[in-house]
Amino acid sequence: MITFNDNGIYCARAGVYIDPWKPVDRAIITHAHSDHARWGMKHYLAHHLSVPVMKYRLGSDISVQALGYGEVIEMNGVKISLHPAGHIWGSAQVRLECNGEIWVVSGDYKIADDGISQAFEPVPCQHFITESTFGLPIYNFPAHQSVHDDINNWWRQNQAEGKNSVLFAYALGKAQRVISHLDPSIGKIFTHGAVDNVNKLYIENDGYLPATQRIDATVDKKDIQGAMIIAPPSASNSPWLRRFEPYKLGVCSGWMQLRGTRRRQGADRGFVLSDHADWGQLNVAVKETGASHIYVTHGYKSHFARWLTDAYHLNAREVETLYTGEQADDTLDLEQADNKSDESIQ
Amino acid sequence: MRAFSKLFTEIDQTTSTNEKIHALVRYFETADPKDAVWTVALLTGKRPKRTVKTGELWTWCGELLDMPSWLFAESYHMVGDLAETITLLLPPSEEHIEYSLHQVLLSLIALGDKNEAQRREYITSMWQHLPPGELFVFNKLITGGFRMGVSDKIVIKALAKHFSVDENIVAHRLTGSWDARTVSLNELITIEGDSADISKPYPFYLAYPLETDPHELGEVSEWQVERKYDGIRGQIIVRDSQLFVWSRGEDLLTEKFVEFHPLVGILPNGTVIDGEILPMVGDRIQPFHVMQTRTGRKNITKKVLQEAPLVMLCYDLLENDGIDIRHLSLQERRQLLEEVIMNAKHRLNDLPLHLSPIVQVDSWENVIAERQRSREFNCEGLMLKRKNSDYKTGRRRGDWWKWKVDPFSIDGVLIYAQRGHGRRANLYTDFTFAVWDGDELVPFAKAYSGLTDKELVEVDTWIKKNTLDKFGPVRSVTPLQVFEIGFEGINPSPRHRSGIALRFPRILRWRKDKTVKEANTRADLLELLKAQL
Ligand SMILES: [Zn+2]
Ligand SMILES: [Zn+2]
Repeated sequence: MITFNDNGIYCARAGVYIDPWKPVDRAIITHAHSDHARWGMKHYLAHHLSVPVMKYRLGSDISVQALGYGEVIEMNGVKISLHPAGHIWGSAQVRLECNGEIWVVSGDYKIADDGISQAFEPVPCQHFITESTFGLPIYNFPAHQSVHDDINNWWRQNQAEGKNSVLFAYALGKAQRVISHLDPSIGKIFTHGAVDNVNKLYIENDGYLPATQRIDATVDKKDIQGAMIIAPPSASNSPWLRRFEPYKLGVCSGWMQLRGTRRRQGADRGFVLSDHADWGQLNVAVKETGASHIYVTHGYKSHFARWLTDAYHLNAREVETLYTGEQADDTLDLEQADNKSDESIQ
Repeated sequence: MRAFSKLFTEIDQTTSTNEKIHALVRYFETADPKDAVWTVALLTGKRPKRTVKTGELWTWCGELLDMPSWLFAESYHMVGDLAETITLLLPPSEEHIEYSLHQVLLSLIALGDKNEAQRREYITSMWQHLPPGELFVFNKLITGGFRMGVSDKIVIKALAKHFSVDENIVAHRLTGSWDARTVSLNELITIEGDSADISKPYPFYLAYPLETDPHELGEVSEWQVERKYDGIRGQIIVRDSQLFVWSRGEDLLTEKFVEFHPLVGILPNGTVIDGEILPMVGDRIQPFHVMQTRTGRKNITKKVLQEAPLVMLCYDLLENDGIDIRHLSLQERRQLLEEVIMNAKHRLNDLPLHLSPIVQVDSWENVIAERQRSREFNCEGLMLKRKNSDYKTGRRRGDWWKWKVDPFSIDGVLIYAQRGHGRRANLYTDFTFAVWDGDELVPFAKAYSGLTDKELVEVDTWIKKNTLDKFGPVRSVTPLQVFEIGFEGINPSPRHRSGIALRFPRILRWRKDKTVKEANTRADLLELLKAQL
């Protein structure tokens, strides 16, 4: 029912692509990150929480149909529905069923509940397309609440030393997750423009966030003291950061699990916080679907596919895609930051 | 181990030199003195000899894990550090036991006399009883190479602060050979006297690369200009009628460098000379690979001695008549050095010591021109030293600059790509480049650094679309892209298909403007090699 071609993941019967990377007529989008929701499709279909972000990023004139979780639509006899993927708010797995054959395209996902995205739901199927961004056993992420505690403690400590705390988190998803777990009693929270834009969309459509203030011309530098500043990673090494001196720099990413990566980042602290599944979660997810055919996309594809074959005797193979995983969830932030970098404080 | 592991975490979590110093000072204030001296030993690169082999760790860890060996190997490939890989893969321990650092180190040393079963017993039991932070530190102690992002300079500053002793004195006391098993930190740093080790070298003063226009350095007359040699930086010490030859890596090379043995009785006792050890035939400095034939070898045959006779090009005098003269100006030290060498020459005709010649210049334009001639002398560039400067410790800005010539460069064709590590695990970042040999492309260099993140993503996308074949982690790609590869030197190498090996190759530029046909040839490389000999 599903094939992989140069444009992306394709369902010929329904005439629709899932997260295609080249312009096509009809595309189902798992979530609004830049490597999954690309520009140039004639018609989009996505979860209703992804729609505002897609409009903001791809243009308000895109043709897009919104769908809720569990809602079923039919395209030429193929039943299609979206199910929570737990990756970011609005992220979805796509379930396709026809003549008793069931496929699930999971997009990006994590099983661990982050307290902000609707939690991942396993969807039974025969064919499961999984990511493998952290598909090696070295990746075992700590319980997320302990990481949020570390972040708040780090903020307190920096404040005690008379310093601001600058924290890098992807504008879409990670930033809202981090902010929702900050302890606002510690101090003021400021946001980079790219983060603030997405925050507004989140608050309008989905939920509550502690009060934050956007860094723009109206902010007085004197008010930024012992504060927390949330910025996209693309702000690193930019003059935009100078106004926060003296500050400590933290980075939230699954890659922070490795010491070498932490050190190369040039940050003061690396917090192991990811919106992707770690090794344990990937294994659980695959097993829970009950699928016997597994297709592995972005990440450690060949390793994870081989492991699934060796360990569970599944028919697993790697699929070449242009999805880029956690490091590139940020590319759109970069464009945003470039466009809005004219904001400055006098 | 807890205090040491905490120190490690604090240092690992900051990039600020000051915070690292503070963390160390705090540690010295409360640490068990027996542990503290080991910490200093480890941080200054004096770790005990390894008693457990990598292969053994690999096997024992594999046995504890329920995991195929290829997956263990792939995990290691990604982390790039065995100690960390083991730490990440081992299941968390259920009960923790507290061990002290010196206890652990003494146990590790003692493993040297134990059989495999005993070594395995000790290591695996530790693995099951250490909390994650300490587990990592423990694994680093076994596998060695434990520098934890602290330079000697930072350790020296922290000790100077803790003991209220001058930094230069601390630096000197830390050099040479001392044993953490027998000396206490207090004795090592604060107690002077006859027990002082006569082999002890001075910490080397290291130059920073010059990145500005030399005109910004002020008057050219304030500077002493010398050539920058590509040999082994060393100190020759004669004290109490004994000779010691130290390399900058603080290896004692006295035995290997037999040419200097006659210096006892020629140089007065209490002489320490800083210079570059090089092979020299007549007055011609030999290229670096000739030096490697000396350092790489255990036994030195007569033939090797004839082909690569070593001398020291002397550029500084640190101790004269048993007195530390590092506080004198370079000009004064140079004068004393010239006297020492001249007197020695009177006593020994074939003296293996030469003065590093001062390059005569009277304008910065002269200096710039002399730098361009560096390769004629088999030199890497120039050294600029302020005439009125004292001899400092470690790498400091301001008085000593090294000004290297631009690297060699060759345009090569990208033929293979391999995935990077960690954050770049998704990207193809390790490249192999080839040059033309007739109508065949032969690989000549591997390089991974030099491109911006943006370019890396672009190359990666191109590679994924232009893959010809995959073997393991390596892809061969359509030979279409040309890159300019820079390198510091070129050596003959029968092991490589191209017949040459490059020193420090790196990517200078992506030459999108060039077609494959315009890439360099193997003949061009051989030409560069010939020019050097
Ligand atoms: Zn994503
Ligand atoms: Zn993705």
